[in-house]
Amino acid sequence: MVTVDLQPILQRYPNASRDALIPILQEVQEHQGYLSREAVVEIGKHLRLPASKIYGVATFYNQFRFQPQGRNHIQVCRGTACHVKGSAAVLDTLKRELKIDAGQTTRDGQFSLEVVACIGACGLAPVICVNGEFHAGVTTKSIAKILDSYRRKATPNDGNEAA
Amino acid sequence: MITIEVNGRSVRAEKGEMLLSALRRAGITVPTLCHIDGLTPSGACRICVVEVEGQRNLVPSCAFPAADGMKIRTHSPRAVSARRTIVELLLANHPDDCLYCSRNGNCQLQTLAEELGVRQRRFAGDRTRHTLDTSSPSIARDPAKCILCGKCVRVCEEVQSVAAIDFIGRGSRAKIGTAFDEGLNVSSCVNCGQCINVCPTGALTEQSHIKEVLDALDDPNKVVVVQHAPAVSVTLGEEFGLPAGADVAGAMTATLRRLGFDRVFDTGFAADLTIMEEGSELVYRIKNGGRLPMLTSCSPGWIKFVESYYPDFLDNLSTCKSPQQMMGAVIKHYFAQREGLAPSRIYSVSIMPCTAKKFEAGRPEMGNGTDPDIDAVLTTRELARIIRMRGLSLLDMPAETADTPFGERTTAGKLFGASGGVMEAAIRSAHYLITGEEMGNLNVHDVRGLNGVKEARVNIAGLDVGVAVVSGLGNACKLLDQIRAGRSDLHFIEVMTCPGGCIAGGGQPLGTSSEAVRSRMKALYSIDNQEAVRTSHHNESVKRLYAEFLGEPLSEKSHHLLHTHYTRREVLV
Repeated sequence: MVTVDLQPILQRYPNASRDALIPILQEVQEHQGYLSREAVVEIGKHLRLPASKIYGVATFYNQFRFQPQGRNHIQVCRGTACHVKGSAAVLDTLKRELKIDAGQTTRDGQFSLEVVACIGACGLAPVICVNGEFHAGVTTKSIAKILDSYRRKATPNDGNEAA
Repeated sequence: MITIEVNGRSVRAEKGEMLLSALRRAGITVPTLCHIDGLTPSGACRICVVEVEGQRNLVPSCAFPAADGMKIRTHSPRAVSARRTIVELLLANHPDDCLYCSRNGNCQLQTLAEELGVRQRRFAGDRTRHTLDTSSPSIARDPAKCILCGKCVRVCEEVQSVAAIDFIGRGSRAKIGTAFDEGLNVSSCVNCGQCINVCPTGALTEQSHIKEVLDALDDPNKVVVVQHAPAVSVTLGEEFGLPAGADVAGAMTATLRRLGFDRVFDTGFAADLTIMEEGSELVYRIKNGGRLPMLTSCSPGWIKFVESYYPDFLDNLSTCKSPQQMMGAVIKHYFAQREGLAPSRIYSVSIMPCTAKKFEAGRPEMGNGTDPDIDAVLTTRELARIIRMRGLSLLDMPAETADTPFGERTTAGKLFGASGGVMEAAIRSAHYLITGEEMGNLNVHDVRGLNGVKEARVNIAGLDVGVAVVSGLGNACKLLDQIRAGRSDLHFIEVMTCPGGCIAGGGQPLGTSSEAVRSRMKALYSIDNQEAVRTSHHNESVKRLYAEFLGEPLSEKSHHLLHTHYTRREVLV
């Protein structure tokens, strides 16, 4: 378990109340990559808020995640153009292939999935973005191939460091 | 005072008072699914909408302040139609399994659908699918039946300061859950069941032990014994149409025998035993410089709360087990020995006003290895269900008395059912233990009543003892915070998890009003007024238990069977 010292962030919000919750959550996620249980507890102590409340607020917004990102981070565009061109089916297929929901990371740490609003590539719809690389005109059939290409890039020892 | 006009009638209201409370006082019924008296209005369900002249939209009366001269229509066609539509929309995402629901016939959503004349499904569509949470030993959650009124969330946070649950997610995926959406069993939930009492539907229920108890009653090899808590006899009658506070102790004992229980014991006996142990412990702590203030340990929700939220107060907790568990221990040891029974043949059931007692009975501290001292716990509601199931008529039963050796109780033990009762019983006996004399007047009025915090100073033979009584964990927090900050004038504090004590416990009849709680409390004190033996140290059966088995309070045997220690609990708080 990686413990990250949140004090530098929290100290910038002395005597803060619940109004400071979202900015703190954003900074912690920026710093840590996700919101860990330890982080939620520590933020709760600082703001005197129960963990359930913080989790409730954080789950209200798509931007917060509770698992570390995978080595390959997949963003699925659910903007209007992509929606019209079938991004819902793309997302469903990705979830099924990876056996995770949006916001989660596969158990081997290879892939994580995120739903994003329009990423400004409407001409390529439906589009997904893996580690910053855009894949245009994705269909439910092309997904397996895209995922495989990232699996091949992984070194054989990759699985070990995730544990 | 201001005047508003409601349906053409003028109605008085306080300035700034929410419309709903003014309407209710005037005897005008406006339905609601999410309102709880005394807590922050949330306006979540929108059922209480009314028409206010000059306002374009309907307003939720629970969250809209009255203003002078306001003209309101509570049952205009527009308001009623809006209510019906809301209920129809709620039903669109609600399971159609009322016949199988534990709240069938006692569900606010069902009642409202019927009152508003909903006769067909107007909106059909996909339902949100959810998983049951049956992880908790006390409380079962079925999010599919949840209408997101948020009452459970508010009670848990505002009354109990526990905040184990909150809204998770957003929009059509929103639901109620714990931090990180884990099982209730690993959360900071203290199992008090106050959420069940406010839930308008079947989304929250107790974990039922009915089947286990019926199976045991049917097993010829088992000797099934039952104990009933002091607060049950003054509430069970309500399940059968009696007014709040009617005492049915005698009829309940008779009914329990007809159900097939081999012995009927009164937890009030164990309450008297608790007083002997706890009173002696208090005297010992005061005389020997032990950790003070001593905190009572009868209420299992409170124990788990200290373990999770205030572990620095663990040494302040009395080491006494709760009356339920003391009774459980003496049944499986003394009673078994006396009757020549192997403890494994005894099936020990308790009838409790409480859901946390189910959790307590399963605690590793409360038994012998894998053999629990209490095998099953039924709430008042579950007992009523079994009585109806077996076709027995509680109201026609003759009054019978409980069995020896644990059937005799004093009124001090009976008072355990109300907030302040443990304290009053303890003071009566502590006085006797210290001075050897009875108190001149046994009534300790300062610790009675429904206030969340009560304090008194008691003079016992020149010793000035500071006592406090709190109920509702939010009130307990405030007091503990004062003590953390250095307050040191208190010696003994009674804490009950539920506001008002066990008479308002999480296992009591649903739909309890504050007037009902008041009547139940009154009933306990009137029992105390009417009976002759009012102090625990005069319980002859308790004396016999000490003479034949335990020796004396705080003896080695007492320590082994009746005392325990609690430890810090790591949960997400």
